[in-house]
Amino acid sequence: MRNTIVSLISIILGLIAGGLLMLFIGASPVEGYTYLFQGALKNISRIGDTLATATPLIFTGLAVAFAFRTGLFNIGAAGQMLIGGLAATAVALTMDLSRPILILVMVLAGIIGGSLWAFIPGLLKARFNVHEVVSTIMMNWIAYWVVYYIVPANFKGGTETESKLISETASLKMPLLTEMFQGSYINMGIFFAVLAVIVIAFIINKTTLGYELKAVGFNRHAAEYAGMRVNRNIILSMLISGALAGLGGVALYTGNASSMQIGILPSQGYDGIAVALLGANSPIGVFFAAVLFGILYSGTGFMNAMIEIPPELANTIIAIIIYFAATSVLIQRVFNKFRNTKTNSNDVAGPVGKKGES
Amino acid sequence: MSYVVEMLNIRKEFPGIVANDNITLTLKKGEIHALLGENGAGKSTLMGVLFGMYQPEKGIIKIREKEVRITNPNVANQLGIGMVHQHFKLVENFTVTENIILGSEPLKGMVLDIDKAAKRIAELSKHYGLNVDPHAKIEDISVGMQQRVEIMKMLYREAEVLIFDEPTAVLTPQEIDELMKIMRNLIKENKSIIIITHKLKEIKAVADRCTVIRRGKGIGTVNVKETSEAALAEMMVGRHVNFKVDKKASTPGDVVLQIDSISVKNNRKVMGLKNFSIEVRRGEIVGIAGVEGNGQSELVEAITGLRKVESGEISLNGKEITNIPIRQRIDSGIGHIPEDRHKRGLVLDYTLENNMVLEIYNKKPFAKFGLLNGSAIKSYAKKILENFDVRSGEGGVSIARTLSGGNQQKAIIGREMELDPDLLIAVQPTRGLDVGSIEYIHKRLIEHRDRGKAVLLISLELDEVLQLSDRIAIVNNGDLIGTVNASETNENEVGLMMAGVNKERSV
Ligand SMILES: Nc1ncnc2c1ncn2[C@@H]1O[C@H](COP(=O)(O)OP(=O)(O)O)[C@@H](O)[C@H]1O
Ligand SMILES: [Mg+2]
Repeated sequence: MRNTIVSLISIILGLIAGGLLMLFIGASPVEGYTYLFQGALKNISRIGDTLATATPLIFTGLAVAFAFRTGLFNIGAAGQMLIGGLAATAVALTMDLSRPILILVMVLAGIIGGSLWAFIPGLLKARFNVHEVVSTIMMNWIAYWVVYYIVPANFKGGTETESKLISETASLKMPLLTEMFQGSYINMGIFFAVLAVIVIAFIINKTTLGYELKAVGFNRHAAEYAGMRVNRNIILSMLISGALAGLGGVALYTGNASSMQIGILPSQGYDGIAVALLGANSPIGVFFAAVLFGILYSGTGFMNAMIEIPPELANTIIAIIIYFAATSVLIQRVFNKFRNTKTNSNDVAGPVGKKGES
Repeated sequence: MSYVVEMLNIRKEFPGIVANDNITLTLKKGEIHALLGENGAGKSTLMGVLFGMYQPEKGIIKIREKEVRITNPNVANQLGIGMVHQHFKLVENFTVTENIILGSEPLKGMVLDIDKAAKRIAELSKHYGLNVDPHAKIEDISVGMQQRVEIMKMLYREAEVLIFDEPTAVLTPQEIDELMKIMRNLIKENKSIIIITHKLKEIKAVADRCTVIRRGKGIGTVNVKETSEAALAEMMVGRHVNFKVDKKASTPGDVVLQIDSISVKNNRKVMGLKNFSIEVRRGEIVGIAGVEGNGQSELVEAITGLRKVESGEISLNGKEITNIPIRQRIDSGIGHIPEDRHKRGLVLDYTLENNMVLEIYNKKPFAKFGLLNGSAIKSYAKKILENFDVRSGEGGVSIARTLSGGNQQKAIIGREMELDPDLLIAVQPTRGLDVGSIEYIHKRLIEHRDRGKAVLLISLELDEVLQLSDRIAIVNNGDLIGTVNASETNENEVGLMMAGVNKERSV
């Protein structure tokens, strides 16, 4: 509840700041935002595109949030996406299977690729206490170069920097869906994403696995005391997190797109951190945060086309929102103060400050 | 009569609980005033109100007879009120001087004038007999010394009213004596002191008057000279308190824990426990006496599996457990009340309910096919919390962090007792608890023994070890000095052995 309010306030402040920026460059904020939201939601096809843009973000947001719940900071979603996407693309380009089975195998390949990429930092952390921030970033660059060499060598497409296009049989795009959304590039990735949100929410809140992972995340000493296998949980959490990011790669490269580019780390990897932060690390929160980012990203093109506001503005707004969300402690303070002056008490530390001393 | 502080009819609420309900406390100039109450009675809250950390819903605060509103700690500072918190607020890798001037840095033109500050600190230190080195780093000095830095911080800011929140909880007996001396010095210099404690001895030793609160309500203020420890205890808990532990002679049965010549490394990677052997039988409490850091933690962690055993053997009920995983040890009947309740005992960000099933969340009926059963957990937790009188704002759904330390401790003890372990390892089970809770916990430990279970008690309080144990093993520097029957020994003998003097009369 409190988190939701903080996130909403961050969003509003971010939008206000964005409006000020528009004013600053001489455009009308009302007009700007009107075009931005029109660009994202004006018609059914644009809504489809917005959802498709949000899809990989839902996955990477979930990946980061899930790891975070176990006390791990997975910055490697980008690399895990690349490997997941590469594995799925390889399956799509080499295997001759019927569509349902092919897609199933692609999804599995994406899961395995992503989780393998996250397994290594997990193992390093569990075994040698190597900090996962360092190792996941390094894995990002390893993934970058792996794709850089494997794609031209094995799956070279029209140009040097691109893989072959996957066939329609292998694409996550569904004719029915494309038709319903009037030519949008929305695809079944969004269904997988919603399913993932539900599954992850379920794991975190309802299962003994979730109980353990959270316990390890909050206090690994107490988890150890209680007989939980801390190292196993760290690795497991990274595996699941990587699998989610890998699925994000599948959605991005075989759903939204039909080929892989080399020389690019997908920006959705780092955006996942922002999505998780804004979504307060809860699966439902991640879903809505990702959709919001989808709106901002997919609306800017239209806004830019209609009036002279540069498309970078979306990034700026997102950055500001994140800034406010990250400094949410501040917002919470102000919020408390505001609420408490109404009830005539303003505790410095807030009602749940550090406690438990005597 | 001139009062420096008058807190009149203070009321402070937290979600679900009235922490202070119409409490009045007055402080005379130049007196040491004790604030006594059980864990969670609302002492820290009341002082938080005085120090500007909380705003009261009702009530008046007067400082030097003028009504004031203390809206934040800075206002308190300006009014000459200083506070030493239960957990110190020092920057570890700063020097003493840097810590003290933090927030009121002396300037020479535009630059910091550290030397001037250091000089003043040295003077103050001499004046009050504090003996702090202005240039030492916080991380290099003892807890007792850190506390003096906190005291110095108040003096440096020229506080007249000094509040100490349970200052003795973290100190060794010698350090406590020295603190008392310092407090008397401060009074001579016309400072006024409020000290929170639930150690009755200390109140008798230094305080002039004592205000007692119970469950958020003011019970009264008494002159310490005219009252007894027993009377104070009764005011605090609201019933007669039995200081002496009643217990029957033990009737030891089969061996539950057998430790055979184990050696264990400590954190510095040298042997912290050397060729240590001991056994604990059904129906007896074996106490480990020793000065802190003489191998007690290593022993406990070796038995519970938190630390590797280098050589030797541990068995439980005749089965070897030297190298098996922690979970298996718990399952085969070891309960553990850990030394550090925040580090090991609780997941502070979990609810109490979740904390009550920390070891058994994956067992029936709390889980089936990997799914948690919320209602089973709820009712199980409720039973423990009621049984052990754990007080919290919102019952089982309170976040563990929001509980007072004593209640956290009771929750942990309740959890471990509920597992009904064959071997209960109780490490400092009553640290930081008030006399009422101590009495209760001692009773439960003895009950556990009388149900034919084994109890291994590790405590730094010699009184506690002597009173509860049937046999006492004394450790010094990782060696077992000897084992004595509690009924045949006394404080002197055990004290000598703790210092490493070996005795012939080992059993
Ligand atoms: N910041 C807080 N938020 C919610 N409840 C609190 C807070 N601080 C204290 N309480 C509750 O108020 C009661 C009194 O606590 P406290 O003043 O810390 O007791 P003590 O007498 O042990 O110092 C306890 O029940 C505690 O759980
Ligand atoms: Mg307290």
